[in-house]
Amino acid sequence: MVGLIIRRMLQLVVLLIGISFIVFMSMHLSPGDPASIIGGPTATESDIEAIRNNLGLNDPVLVQYANYMTGVVQGDLGFSYQTKQSVSEAIITRFPNTLNLAIASMIVAVVIGVTAGIISALKQNSWIDVSSTVVSLAGISIPNFWLGTVLILVFSVGLQWLPVGGLSEPFWTIEGMKQLILPAITLGTGSAAMIARMSRSTMLEVIRADFVRTARAKGVKEKTVIWVHALRNAMIPVITVIGLNFGFLLGGTIITEQVFAINGVGRLMIEAIAARDFPMVQGSVLLVAALFVLVNLIVDLIYSVIDPRISYD
Amino acid sequence: MAELLLDVNNLVTKFKTADGKLSAVRGVSFSVNKGETVCIVGESGCGKSITSLSIMNLLPNNGEISEGSVRFLGQELTKMRQDELRKLRGNKMAMIFQEPMTALNPVFTVGFQIREPLKIHKRLSQREAHRKGIELLKQVGIPYPEKRMSQYSHELSGGMRQRVMIAIALACRPSLLIADEPTTALDVTIQAQILDLIDDLKEELGMGVIMVTHDMGVVAEVADRVMVMYAGEKIEEADVESLFSNPQHPYTKGLLKSVPNVDDRNHQLEAIPGTLPNLNEVITGCRFHNRCEFATEKCRTQSPKTFTVNDEHTVRCWLQEVEQHDESAATASSNQ
Repeated sequence: MVGLIIRRMLQLVVLLIGISFIVFMSMHLSPGDPASIIGGPTATESDIEAIRNNLGLNDPVLVQYANYMTGVVQGDLGFSYQTKQSVSEAIITRFPNTLNLAIASMIVAVVIGVTAGIISALKQNSWIDVSSTVVSLAGISIPNFWLGTVLILVFSVGLQWLPVGGLSEPFWTIEGMKQLILPAITLGTGSAAMIARMSRSTMLEVIRADFVRTARAKGVKEKTVIWVHALRNAMIPVITVIGLNFGFLLGGTIITEQVFAINGVGRLMIEAIAARDFPMVQGSVLLVAALFVLVNLIVDLIYSVIDPRISYD
Repeated sequence: MAELLLDVNNLVTKFKTADGKLSAVRGVSFSVNKGETVCIVGESGCGKSITSLSIMNLLPNNGEISEGSVRFLGQELTKMRQDELRKLRGNKMAMIFQEPMTALNPVFTVGFQIREPLKIHKRLSQREAHRKGIELLKQVGIPYPEKRMSQYSHELSGGMRQRVMIAIALACRPSLLIADEPTTALDVTIQAQILDLIDDLKEELGMGVIMVTHDMGVVAEVADRVMVMYAGEKIEEADVESLFSNPQHPYTKGLLKSVPNVDDRNHQLEAIPGTLPNLNEVITGCRFHNRCEFATEKCRTQSPKTFTVNDEHTVRCWLQEVEQHDESAATASSNQ
């Protein structure tokens, strides 16, 4: 177990170096000049050149990358071109909002997904199953920004039950929860749909398994058969999907934060990309990548808890 | 007079399929007495497993008992509510399955799985159930039972897993044990051990045993009575001596001839030609006629009735009519 964690951490380092390189290069190769954006429309050619020199943008790209990585290794993600703020600081202040949103969406996705999947499997081909399939397909197909906008129109503007946007209150207060509901549903629906499909198919397989019949032959109550004997076996592949979906969720926060005006890392990233704020973009992407790897490590550890056949020792 | 444990009468089990409702078991009747081992024999797909699952009411979702009665300890099982049946399953009647690998839950310990029936039916506490579980594992010949309680099925060998299954099945000392090909997935030395174990425990607990198998060697070893099934029907039933020494149905004869003989070097294995019909095949007359070398016109058109060979031996085959007619003619002429 400890070996696995160490191995994964080493892999994470290699991965982050690779990702940072790709992001760095794609930012520098894409059109758009941070210096002219910082200088503004009134800046002269020499002003812009001065800014470029100042930021080290005139050095060869590989030298720039090496300089950047030297800082990263020392825990310094650099300073924003745009606001002059430290990148780490900007990310740390914004990150709790993103994390709250991601976790709330994951809860929505898992609770709705797993429940719908199991009910569909138990009532295979019934109207509940068919409608859950249709809703799932819709959930996978509907884009986040559209769903978010519609939810705001219906529940915030129309019915006025929930706030339009923002995430100003802490999540454990009623107000904070109200603020989280719509963004969490917006972001979680796609994952809920995928988890529902996966839960349904694994559950269908498991309820036909021999050991489920054995449990019934022992006189175990049907509820226990499903929720204890079958569920734990059915969850193993579902957990993989949940872990992978966490990646999609983190990607989805970019749009959802924009729609609901939430000051999170996703919105930070969009603003930074628009402003060609290289250090900020790189810092945010590295954070998201590291988070994704960590979540999948946790998933692997959960496997060994759920399934005794999986052991990392 | 032997005490009647289970009485199955005219059992018909059907499956809903894309081709409509198809019968997997067609009017099967038999009974099991206390302390008796009844073997159900036949090829794969002849309905022997479905018959045993019908008794336990553990049919797959698309299966149902559509006719007939199953009386167990005087109670009619086919009309029973699920919660009442549940009180019998694992308690008064228990079942072990063919694949001990897949029949045990891979994510729970042996201990969890063996304590479960004890807690449900005998209302034992966790600790009492644990102690009883260790005792049961010891009884079925598992070494280091304390250690096994905390192990998972993948950590045990095939024979050990089947012993665990038997221990679970016998936890509440059932009156009836249904063993669905319990030795098919095991290697030969282990097979003999498991059969002996079931036999010993049967004596010890005075259980009735239904042993489903396609292995005539197993039948010879354990059976008191044998029922041969073909394409969903019972075609012959006899006590074990009579069946082996005097088989009547051409299919039974075929089954016995297809057992290899290691003592005779020149022994030619005789296979029964053809294959078992599909559930959706419509067959008129005797269901075996298209594979039977003795089939007559009557066999092709009329379903055979049951003929009595002796008190313990019945067979469904039109050839009997000819034989019994000949015999009675012979007796008649000798009397003259």
